[in-house]
Amino acid sequence: MTVRVQSGDFDPGAEIAAATAGRADIGGVVSFVGLVRDMAGDAAIGAMTLEHYPGMTEKELARIEEEAHRRWRLSTSLIIHRFGRLLPGDRIVLVITASAHRDEAFEACRFLIDWLKTRAPFWKQEETGAGPQWVAAKEADDAATARWTRDGKP
Amino acid sequence: MKVLYFAWLRTKVGVGEETVEPPASVTTVGALVTWLKSRSPGHAAAFADLAVVRVAVNQEHVRLEAPVAAGDEVAFFPPVTGG
Repeated sequence: MTVRVQSGDFDPGAEIAAATAGRADIGGVVSFVGLVRDMAGDAAIGAMTLEHYPGMTEKELARIEEEAHRRWRLSTSLIIHRFGRLLPGDRIVLVITASAHRDEAFEACRFLIDWLKTRAPFWKQEETGAGPQWVAAKEADDAATARWTRDGKP
Repeated sequence: MKVLYFAWLRTKVGVGEETVEPPASVTTVGALVTWLKSRSPGHAAAFADLAVVRVAVNQEHVRLEAPVAAGDEVAFFPPVTGG
């Protein structure tokens, strides 16, 4: 289990290779890479700046990761989230989950990105033609998180 | 008590961090918000709609009913938009 919060870019392939190096117990690896889009609705985005809460960010990501390991049998996992100014096409977030069997890796990866989007203390500010705009939270993200609470777990 | 503001709450309050000493009657996050609102028009604007304000005490998500005490780190921010 690893969490990294950084301003610099990451290499998804290298991260997967590093996470699985020397392991013969892993049957499947699932990764999610989030990228900066160039549009927000019908407004063009020049760039975005991600603000976060140093200290809490790392703790919250670690808590989310621990929850995934409680729910699924994972061999290893990794979350990397960037902050600072990013341009369209840049990588923002990487989630890697590895398990003996693919179903658990797929489910845990989806769970991690859904929970991260509604719990990790990051805020996006987009640079638009109308000036900088704070991004509003989406109800669809809350709904995506809520589907993981059907079984009564928090 | 250390109070932190993020994103547009920081913009409205005008500072990202301040150290405050609320009266002893302030024992919950909700009471702290009411007290903070009286400090400046910026504070009042930041807390005008609590439906879009989230809070963490000592770096854990909590609700407005949660207790606060001297020495706590209390952070106010909008719903998160990472990922």
